[in-house]
Amino acid sequence: MGAAATAPAIHTVDLTKRFGSTVALAGLSMTVPRGEIFGFLGPNGAGKTTSVKLLLGLLRPTSGEGWLLGELVGDLKTRRRIGYLPELFRYQGWLDAREVLALHCELAPLPRSIWKEEIKSALGTVGLSDRADDRVSTFSKGMQQRLGLAAALVGQPELVFLDEPTSALDPVGRHDVREIIRGLSARGTAVFLNSHLLTEVEQVCDRVAVVDHGRVIASGTMDELLSGMAVRVRVSGLDAAARTKLVAFGPIDDEGEQLTFTKLDIERVPELVSTIVALGGRVYEVAPRHQTLEDRFLQLLHEEDK
Amino acid sequence: MQEASRRRLLLALLVLTLLVVGFSAWGFNKITTVTRGDGTVLPAQQVTLIASQLLIVVTFMYSGVLALSAAVVAGPLISSEVESGLLLSELARPVRRSEVVIGKWLGLAVLVILYAAGSAFLELTAVDWATGYVPPHPIELVIYVAAEGLTLLSLGLLLSTRLSGITGGVIALVAWLMAWIAGVVGDIGTGLQNQALQNVGTISHLLLPTDGLWRGAVYAMEPDVILATLRAAGTAGRANPFSAVDPPPTAFLTWVVVWFALILGLSVWSFRRREI
Repeated sequence: MGAAATAPAIHTVDLTKRFGSTVALAGLSMTVPRGEIFGFLGPNGAGKTTSVKLLLGLLRPTSGEGWLLGELVGDLKTRRRIGYLPELFRYQGWLDAREVLALHCELAPLPRSIWKEEIKSALGTVGLSDRADDRVSTFSKGMQQRLGLAAALVGQPELVFLDEPTSALDPVGRHDVREIIRGLSARGTAVFLNSHLLTEVEQVCDRVAVVDHGRVIASGTMDELLSGMAVRVRVSGLDAAARTKLVAFGPIDDEGEQLTFTKLDIERVPELVSTIVALGGRVYEVAPRHQTLEDRFLQLLHEEDK
Repeated sequence: MQEASRRRLLLALLVLTLLVVGFSAWGFNKITTVTRGDGTVLPAQQVTLIASQLLIVVTFMYSGVLALSAAVVAGPLISSEVESGLLLSELARPVRRSEVVIGKWLGLAVLVILYAAGSAFLELTAVDWATGYVPPHPIELVIYVAAEGLTLLSLGLLLSTRLSGITGGVIALVAWLMAWIAGVVGDIGTGLQNQALQNVGTISHLLLPTDGLWRGAVYAMEPDVILATLRAAGTAGRANPFSAVDPPPTAFLTWVVVWFALILGLSVWSFRRREI
């Protein structure tokens, strides 16, 4: 019990999942401490949802092991302390919001005496108090996602998996979810945030791992990951051949007139500008800045592809 | 959506059942008032004979409706919730998959039993009112018809742990019809005293006991006079899917219990192994 109480929220060793000949996850080894907001990033099909499903026991690993809150993945009792908002969220349309949460209170399972308070609190947290008695079938996608988040919060879990929790939400909703995630972390709940919305992850996560083709290609705290500089250049008159030559300055996020060199030492900026001019380009703006998560993400994927 | 369609199906079943009960009460009543060529009404014994045979046909319709509904509802029971994502957040809770399977089976089983008992009560009351005829074993009749529905429910549920949407329900229905046909083939074998054909019937009763249970329901509805006539006809009397000379043997009924346990066990095993 003592060991389990201090064990990390998530610990995996070489967790691997194959579907036939397709490798969905290739040896995931990671540790997420208690109370931390952990961002799991990756392009579509990278293995993010597979990882969550493996950790929740919805899928069986081909090899490797995982522990949640100090207990082996699949342990029934541990699931009492875990919340989950699936990427594919769907709730019983014929029930009202309160009844959906009551179902989750029953499954959690929570003592019936605290259901009312628990449901009220969860609905309040996600901003659905005034729709508590409305049928889920009348809810918009965004409201259903909020309800899903409320269901994940039922029972004061110590670890919450949120799989693309803002995919159906408007900017206000996204802001609210970030606040909820921070609130969870403040009360000691670890949050495993699966997302491809990099700004969202950047704003709330303490630590991230970037996954691609089923492998973690980088991980660390935000500061560790975003130590480099990026340079955005607004330019015209560069043909494809000229752009190819600019690869010498590192990975480029090419958006037509706007080129972002996602990892470039500030000392090389004058050399970059003169090279562009020598290649026939006209430079309108040069804006060095600290790397954003998006810069770093694109850089990592670029390096991965090489 | 799915629950709503289930509710609509239930409502449609209730309305249709009441309509059938009303029509059949009227129809059965006609047997007692219909006159022969000489202008006399049928004697009571003949009314009983006709009522008993007609009741078997009406019950065949009820058992068909029940089997069909059970298969159609059970077919997508688990698969549709897996595909829609409805089960994702629930299975992440401390819930055993066996509890999900057994819970769903029990929920539908209660409906099947209620429908079998309710519709039998209404229909038998109507026939009693119209003709004064009550089948000799009404309780057994309900049990056999309900068990037939439960068989299709169990098969549909097993298939829904693996197959998507309505596919499982359709397969269950086809299996039910094939089992009935195989039962008829077995009857022909009995009539011709051909062991190979008889074996077709026996094996089908073991694989899917619906037809065997149906014969139990038929036996429960046959008055003594019919049984005596059938027995007197020898093997020819047994060659008919709407007749039964003997009640289902105890060994068969024991097998039915084992069959339910096996299918439910298989459903749990299959759903446990399924990756969501």
